[in-house]
Amino acid sequence: MSSSKLRIVVVSGMRERLQMAAMTASVGAVSGDDVMVFLSMNALPYFVKGASQDAPAEGPVGKLLEQKSVPPFKQLFEQAIELGGARIHPCSMAMDLLKLEPAVLEAYVGEPLGLTKFLDDCRGGQVWSF
Amino acid sequence: MGQKRLVDARGSFCPGPLMELIAQLKMAEVGDELEILSSDKGSAADIPQWINKVGHEMLGSREEDGVWHITVKKLK
Repeated sequence: MSSSKLRIVVVSGMRERLQMAAMTASVGAVSGDDVMVFLSMNALPYFVKGASQDAPAEGPVGKLLEQKSVPPFKQLFEQAIELGGARIHPCSMAMDLLKLEPAVLEAYVGEPLGLTKFLDDCRGGQVWSF
Repeated sequence: MGQKRLVDARGSFCPGPLMELIAQLKMAEVGDELEILSSDKGSAADIPQWINKVGHEMLGSREEDGVWHITVKKLK
């Protein structure tokens, strides 16, 4: 099975982008790709334990995502880890800005990463941003 | 001879059916056959692609009344 290195940067807090990022991470990971997700900006607050997943829709498809039986984006990110060995890390800058400690994030979110380390980790891989 | 298992993912949208299949495959034994039911047309195309990519055996795919029945044999 051929595999590749996927690095997924998630900065948006909008439903369609969060959903597409989660779909890419989960399907990539279960297909054997080396997947790492970097959460920053408006995406990060959704990964605080107990936070609402009720992301606002950008347009009509986002509204349909709310109504249909589409897997929730946080569930897909979790499955990317459990079923495909993906890793998810928060951006240390966003953590500082939001005054968040690692303990308040979902248990499956790893240690905060700085941009230098993340960019170094991206070498030789595909980088997707949402 | 392996066991036969049914995974009912009707009503779920992409990539839900694929994820349900993979979760069940993880628990299955090598040689088991899994039949997944999906009402999602995209998944009906995507699941065989995934099966071929990761190296399981695609046993068949058919559509009945808007429900796809996809059968896979776990090979590893």
